[in-house]
Amino acid sequence: MSGIPHDHYEPKTGIEKWLDRRLPIVGLLYGTLMIPTPKNLNWWWIWGIVLAFCLVLQIITGIVLVMHYTPHADMAFASIEHIMRDVNGGYMLRYLHANGASLFFFAVYVHIFRGLYYGSYKAPREVTWIIGMLIYLVMMATGFMGYVLPWGQMSFWGATVITGLFGAIPGIGEPIQTWLLGGPAVGNATLNRFFSLHYLLPFVIAALVILHVWAFHTTGNNNPAGVEVRRGSKEEAEKDTLPFWPYFVIKDLFALVLVLLVFWAIVGFMPNFLGHPDNYIMANPLVTPAHIVPEWYYLPFYAILRAFTADVWVVMAVNWLSFGIIDAKFFGVLAMFGAIGVMALTPWLDTSSVRSGRNRPMFKWYFWLLAVDFVVLMWAGAMPAEPPYSTISLIGAAYWFGYFLVILPLLGVLERPTAPPATIEADFKATVKAKAAKGKVAPEQIPGA
Amino acid sequence: MIRKLALSALMALTLGSAPALAAGGGGHIQDYAFSFEGPFGSYDRAQLQRGLQVYTEVCAACHGLERVAFRSLAAETGLGLDDATLRAYAGTFEVEDGDGGYRAAGGPDHFPGSSLETAPDLSLMAKARAGFHGPAGLGINQLIHGMGGAEYIASFLTGFTGEEVEEAGSFLYVNEAFGGNVSMAPQLFDDMVEYSDGTQATEEQMAQDVAAFLMWAAEPHQTERKMWGFIGVIFLTLLASLLYLTNKRLWAPIKDEAKRG
Repeated sequence: MSGIPHDHYEPKTGIEKWLDRRLPIVGLLYGTLMIPTPKNLNWWWIWGIVLAFCLVLQIITGIVLVMHYTPHADMAFASIEHIMRDVNGGYMLRYLHANGASLFFFAVYVHIFRGLYYGSYKAPREVTWIIGMLIYLVMMATGFMGYVLPWGQMSFWGATVITGLFGAIPGIGEPIQTWLLGGPAVGNATLNRFFSLHYLLPFVIAALVILHVWAFHTTGNNNPAGVEVRRGSKEEAEKDTLPFWPYFVIKDLFALVLVLLVFWAIVGFMPNFLGHPDNYIMANPLVTPAHIVPEWYYLPFYAILRAFTADVWVVMAVNWLSFGIIDAKFFGVLAMFGAIGVMALTPWLDTSSVRSGRNRPMFKWYFWLLAVDFVVLMWAGAMPAEPPYSTISLIGAAYWFGYFLVILPLLGVLERPTAPPATIEADFKATVKAKAAKGKVAPEQIPGA
Repeated sequence: MIRKLALSALMALTLGSAPALAAGGGGHIQDYAFSFEGPFGSYDRAQLQRGLQVYTEVCAACHGLERVAFRSLAAETGLGLDDATLRAYAGTFEVEDGDGGYRAAGGPDHFPGSSLETAPDLSLMAKARAGFHGPAGLGINQLIHGMGGAEYIASFLTGFTGEEVEEAGSFLYVNEAFGGNVSMAPQLFDDMVEYSDGTQATEEQMAQDVAAFLMWAAEPHQTERKMWGFIGVIFLTLLASLLYLTNKRLWAPIKDEAKRG
């Protein structure tokens, strides 16, 4: 599967040979598990395993929850309480599933920002990156529809607000919104289709994950040094890599268990910390909550959505240029999807010849500013849409677009990158030696950034 | 039951039909020290039983508890009522018998819902309110003090200033915890119930007791959940230690080679 030279599976016994001639599945699994992996991967590379775990956790807990859940506007809320009170271990299942979504998004954000820092999106890994962005989009849709299922106040009003975004599309918006909702407003039809799709989409994600892994197993992993594995011969490649099993499986499992330790403590001791109290009130179309706030993982993009109000000059200019077709609401929707869109286009927006952020002195600063910007937007998204929060959102949104559309293309020209290590082997040795000399960090730690 | 209905009707008249409480916010919430706080906290059985008494004698006149089944009152980590007490208590309520009539409630039945339309059901109230917020939208107070649902309820019940205001033809009551005016009148007065365990039934005592009871009603498996949380944390710590050592040993020859080379 990989372009990196390595050992292949050789069926030895009779039955292995028999199966291999008919279905080479053992060879496929062997190749996947023994994939040559750069020695110098640091701890930022563990989030892929966490994400795989999250997907499995969500599917398993979800399947069991569905056995006790009733997708009907009159009964959904009560069936959740039935799970919480009467189903054996139901409270754990539901809290694991609800907080599992938070872990899933936390992990995906770290994973994405790791890719942004180390240039994992750059050639030849553009397809891996694009598939990753698709996974993220489907995750957003799945998470949103899952949040509607308990049929609490935030479920209902969140669904109203988010489907309302589609209503902002000029001309065809309202028919699209009605089509999505299955009626003129959020109701039983909405709940049923969201339930159906919430069950379906995780399997779409699983399929995309297979493509994602297939793609980067073809190109090989990126790594902190940003240089490619030498592929001249198997011996050469082995100086740069180690097989995924056992070296990275054990390392990743160790990291996964540490992450789960924190996750489990949250589920056990403060499972409602990340939720909104209003969702423990059954949906009521007649009472609008004072503040409709999405789940924390949507907040950065929610802030961008709300940042572009009618008094912002860009919005006014676009409104005038488009003869009023693009109003502030539609502009906000375009900005929100555009914010993810520009991220997906990063492989072509980044003009630098050097891959890893480690070798890019100017880029580093702008990157970390982007990470801070993301957190600030997340915070601003939770605050009311009024000054000073609206101004902060606008500045944050401007930087988000500025980073991808202006800074990344210009940096490739303006920046003078430092020389990356000659090989992964050299980078690995240098970092191991540096850490051993320092003596402060445990020697078994794999070199960091 | 008749007495209860009559009382409810009376309450309905006195309370008017002003909007029920919306999600609270802004008011002052007292940080009471409840026994069920923290990773190892559990419910105080005597307090829950007192809270049930306050709920039954005061709150239940208007409010319901429709998500809670009577049988759950027997839970060891909750009120721990014995079978006879439970049956006797449930028997004081009536439920529809399915033939158009009524029968005395039993263990599998649920508490009745609110008898007053403007009085919200209290089953989940302790989770539907957050007493602590911020600072500045960061959620740090909730991290330190907990969500504060029970604190909110206790503060709300003791938060009436005694002032009344007239709004659109109905009387509202000023409440500091709510941070505004509510249609519910002050309900708790010193010694209005007589606790069988001898506890002095002050307004504040009753408020805390019923808040604790409502926390239990909203999260009856809290103690079990914390136990699983604790077991999981211990197990994962052990597993992490083993994996740490495995990983260290696995990589040691690779690292040694890199150091020599």
